[in-house]
Amino acid sequence: MLEDGIQARHLTKRYGSTTAVDDLSFGVRPGMVTGFLGPNGAGKSTTMRMILDLDAPTGGSVTVAGRRYREHPHPLHVVGAVLESRAMHPGRTAYDHLRALAESNGIACRRVDEVLDLVGLTAVARRRARGFSLGMSQRLGLAAALLGDPPVILCDEPVNGLDPEGIHWIRTMLRSLAADGRTVFVSSHLMSEMAETADHLIVIGRGRLIADASVAEVITSAGRATTTVRTPDVARMVALVDRAGGAVTTESDGRLVVTGLTAAQVGDLAAAHGVALHELSPSQPSLEAAFLELTRDAVEYGAA
Amino acid sequence: MTTLVPVLRSEWTKLRSLRSTVACFAVVVLAMIGLAVFMGARWAHQSGAIASSFDATDVSLSGVYIAELVVGTLGVLVIASEYGTGLIRATFAAVPRRRRVLVAKASVVTAGVVVVGELASFASFTLCQALLEHKQAGLSLADPGALRAVAGSGLYLGAVTLLGFGLGSAIRNTAGALSTFFGVMFVPTALVDLLPTSWRNVLINYMPANAGSQIFTVDRVHGALGPWQGLGVFCCYAAVALLLGMGLVSVRDT
Repeated sequence: MLEDGIQARHLTKRYGSTTAVDDLSFGVRPGMVTGFLGPNGAGKSTTMRMILDLDAPTGGSVTVAGRRYREHPHPLHVVGAVLESRAMHPGRTAYDHLRALAESNGIACRRVDEVLDLVGLTAVARRRARGFSLGMSQRLGLAAALLGDPPVILCDEPVNGLDPEGIHWIRTMLRSLAADGRTVFVSSHLMSEMAETADHLIVIGRGRLIADASVAEVITSAGRATTTVRTPDVARMVALVDRAGGAVTTESDGRLVVTGLTAAQVGDLAAAHGVALHELSPSQPSLEAAFLELTRDAVEYGAA
Repeated sequence: MTTLVPVLRSEWTKLRSLRSTVACFAVVVLAMIGLAVFMGARWAHQSGAIASSFDATDVSLSGVYIAELVVGTLGVLVIASEYGTGLIRATFAAVPRRRRVLVAKASVVTAGVVVVGELASFASFTLCQALLEHKQAGLSLADPGALRAVAGSGLYLGAVTLLGFGLGSAIRNTAGALSTFFGVMFVPTALVDLLPTSWRNVLINYMPANAGSQIFTVDRVHGALGPWQGLGVFCCYAAVALLLGMGLVSVRDT
């Protein structure tokens, strides 16, 4: 029953006339980190909350480990979620916060000490959460998620606002949880972060599914590789590229930007026809460029 | 029932691990005993005899009027602060049966208030009566209505806690729920005064604060509800708030 991770089927959430999540279907598999990527306001958090039965879908359904979330008698043993960094009472100590959650699912108190140790908070276990830094709060959130040693881990924007050390820590933790064979589902609006952490990406924009593929596939499909060419014989080069099936745009300074052909193909083409080249430089799109390209039409509040 | 026990345990841990809730219990004890001692001492040392209309039970329980505001606030806080801090999402993710969470929370806080309330009211009565013995005006629990009023104080405080909890779970916002609670306790009593006298004299007895206070009052005004009737009416108000909160919790997004 635990083998099928998370399954969303036609998941839809409407608030009045606004559609936050629109007919979203995807699956999240165990043994890898799946990134849930989309610009702010794309519906990531809403989807996360629907997975946990905190928000009710307007349509469709989502199951975790084969069942609706609320049908798990002790859900902390099945799903660990880090929803917001401050989902705790500031006046309660880290230990008591975890203890209350553990008790609700019949988890022994000794497990509280274990998870505190696991996230490195043992020294501050008796301090009230009010004085915790963002990084400490995130660690406490992750400790709570690990209480029931669940096969599925959900993290909503875990690196938001963290310093580089904190980001590195979370990333290492998530990767090792996935390496244990768990299903790890992590949302982010940062493509660069996801490229470092995730193996697989589910990309959404305006609540709709844009891509569901490996990180490498998303980058190549979204961003077109380009080759910049400088030549004294512009007209012939343009004609050659055109005939070979590539596309050319001419920059104002006379450089040609070729898409649809690799740099090697462009170089061979020029050599075969005796066209002199003064520059031949391939460029891979950056991750952020790929992401922007992918979500260009889906940014809710894009700059006009 | 076995499924409720872990949730009760969890909510008990939450209740006792916050300084603010522990402080509320301390204030209840201090306010009730403090006021009982103060009133007892004041009457005991005033010159001349004590009037026959003087009710030593009512005097010893003066602190209930402070304690009720504290426990109502506590009732609001235990649920509304979870919404305010975002903790409610962790709570409902751990226990998706939300009504079970509310039942456990309400039980734990109300049980705490009843126990502390009973201890405080019995202590208040005992201390105040001991002081009044100075003027031979002290009563014992065997005197008419005394035991009912003293034991009833703790029960009434429990009912007020439930009212606050019901409002907190229905309204979810601390400031909104607190002002509604204070409104329910004070405003109806003031508003009925605007009605024609014949209506007013009937309706006033059914206003939450007026009805609820009958249980810890020995010397009742003419026409007032009986002590248990009054407590029953007050419990109806609390039940309405609780049912509203229970009904809304399973249909609302968090």
